[in-house]
Amino acid sequence: MAESDGVTEGYAHGSPTNAASDTPIISVRGVVNKFGRQVVHDGVDLDVYAGEVLGIVGGSGSGKSVLLRTMLGLHRPNAGEVLIQGKNITKMSNEELLAIKRRYGVTFQHGALFSSLTVAENIQLPIREYFDASEEVLRSLTELRLRMVGLPVAAAAKLPSQLSGGMVKRAALARALALDPDILFLDEPTAGLDPISAAAFDELICYLHRSLRLTIVMITHDLDTLISTCSRVAVLVDRKIVVDTLSGIMSNPHPWIQEYFHGPRARAAEAAVGAR
Amino acid sequence: MLLESERSGDELIVRLKGAWLIDNLAEIERALAGISGASAPLVVDFRAIEALDLSGAWLLHRWLVSLGERARVEGEPPAHFAFIEEVLHREPKERIAPPEGKLSLHDALAWIGRNSVDWAKQTRDSIGFFGRVTVNALRVLGSIKRLRLPSVTRHIYETGIQAIPIVSLIAFLISVIVAYLGAQQLRQFGAEIFTVDLVAIAVLREMSPLLTAIIVAGRSGSAFAAEIGVMRLNDEIDALQSIGVNYFEVLVLPRLAGLVIALPLLTIIADAMGLAGGALLSSILLDISLDQFLPRMQDALAPTTFWAGIIKTPVFAMLIALVGTYRGLQVRSSSRELGRLTTMAVVQSIFLVIFADAVFAVVFVELDF
Repeated sequence: MAESDGVTEGYAHGSPTNAASDTPIISVRGVVNKFGRQVVHDGVDLDVYAGEVLGIVGGSGSGKSVLLRTMLGLHRPNAGEVLIQGKNITKMSNEELLAIKRRYGVTFQHGALFSSLTVAENIQLPIREYFDASEEVLRSLTELRLRMVGLPVAAAAKLPSQLSGGMVKRAALARALALDPDILFLDEPTAGLDPISAAAFDELICYLHRSLRLTIVMITHDLDTLISTCSRVAVLVDRKIVVDTLSGIMSNPHPWIQEYFHGPRARAAEAAVGAR
Repeated sequence: MLLESERSGDELIVRLKGAWLIDNLAEIERALAGISGASAPLVVDFRAIEALDLSGAWLLHRWLVSLGERARVEGEPPAHFAFIEEVLHREPKERIAPPEGKLSLHDALAWIGRNSVDWAKQTRDSIGFFGRVTVNALRVLGSIKRLRLPSVTRHIYETGIQAIPIVSLIAFLISVIVAYLGAQQLRQFGAEIFTVDLVAIAVLREMSPLLTAIIVAGRSGSAFAAEIGVMRLNDEIDALQSIGVNYFEVLVLPRLAGLVIALPLLTIIADAMGLAGGALLSSILLDISLDQFLPRMQDALAPTTFWAGIIKTPVFAMLIALVGTYRGLQVRSSSRELGRLTTMAVVQSIFLVIFADAVFAVVFVELDF
């Protein structure tokens, strides 16, 4: 794997977002989200830097998915703004928004594969939507995506309902990778997987991150995933967000964070990852 | 242009340049296809490529592999190649089989066979379903506590009370139309007064039961199939079974009972609205006032006319509810299935209602009912 680390500057990705820089590619500024009387976010700030793996954690109902949807422009916040490369996402024209979404890859909690399409058709759908390509090229690109996520090529002709849980997650990732994105958003990528598949999936994410220099934003409940993949962690607590490196977060005195990272499950996860 | 080529001695030097990105898929394909035709050995030079992404690198890699010995690489290959080699190395090579080409005789026979087996299975399953419903219904009749009353009332409300406006409107309009067209014909014989007979008998015996059943099949048959189908997709039915709840008792019977109660009542409303429509048209167009209309109608109707219409409706209700719930339970895997089976539920229940109506017509004539 070491040799694939050296993606030289000249061959770097087509988009400027992949150049290492200190300016965030996505900034969330003072976002407030309310549902009726329930305030989910009250002034959330978050920066995503190119090339990092950012984990978002929080209790159930703390608004992790809402935050992700806000960043993706799928949900309009009650106040605050989301800046992508310095531009406010809510004020963008449709064309600008499309150009940006084209650089995103997203997987949803339950895969959200289109159930009436085969895996291959699922992966080809975004490519067909944006570009003009022959069947031969599409098949070839599909094959690459499947191999990248470690699915057998025979899975291409299967319908989502014929796949196991782990394969659905991988197929969803393959679809997210269809357009060679710069940023991957993963919503609970390892939820519902057995520990072996989850570990394999973590490894896959690390592998793609290292080899393709993808920026990854992921929501996760899986402490193993968090510890083994994320460079920074954002914790949603009390309607606010705390962002720090993993070790920084672990020494944060907030009681919920302490409970989360130092509870019995956390200690076990740490020990397990340390042993690996 | 993504490449330029130049002949140098025996060899063709191919200089790749520009952006080899997924955005230029079509161009990449054209460029590679164009150069593959050359017979001379190729020297491929990557150094002038400005941007390359994984898709571009993959297509380039495939192309080089397909050229095999004929191509020689000048300069450092792109770093993405290392990733691709690694990905390819991780698994044994396998290609996605292209979609099947022409149908052969063998395929046709297999298709016929598969469909016959499916058809037989379907028939068996539907008989099985009917049997299970009957068994469960008998058990529920044995102890009325098992009948889920809140659920039944909900279905009476949704399939019956909520359908009153549309059923009334359609019954009213159709009977106005029949009365109007009938009057046109009967006037030729100076027998306008028989319009009353026509409307009264047609509405009570045939039109309002049939129309109401068809509207309800469209409204509620589809709702039954879709509701239960989505529950299937969400594994809710498996969840019910694992809790030990009999889903026939919870899902099928309340719908069946609700509709069997609601449809006759709806039909009575449709009868009333139909007669009202006929009376209105008669008084406006034919100068038959309500005072004349009512006695004439009572003369025209046999005591059995009303019942000949109403007695059919529980049967229609059963057909609609059974087909709707059966098709809903058949949904297995995908959203497309759901759509297909919901459509099928509506089409089949309408067909069965009309078919049953025809059977009733023949039976009633034979019985002189």
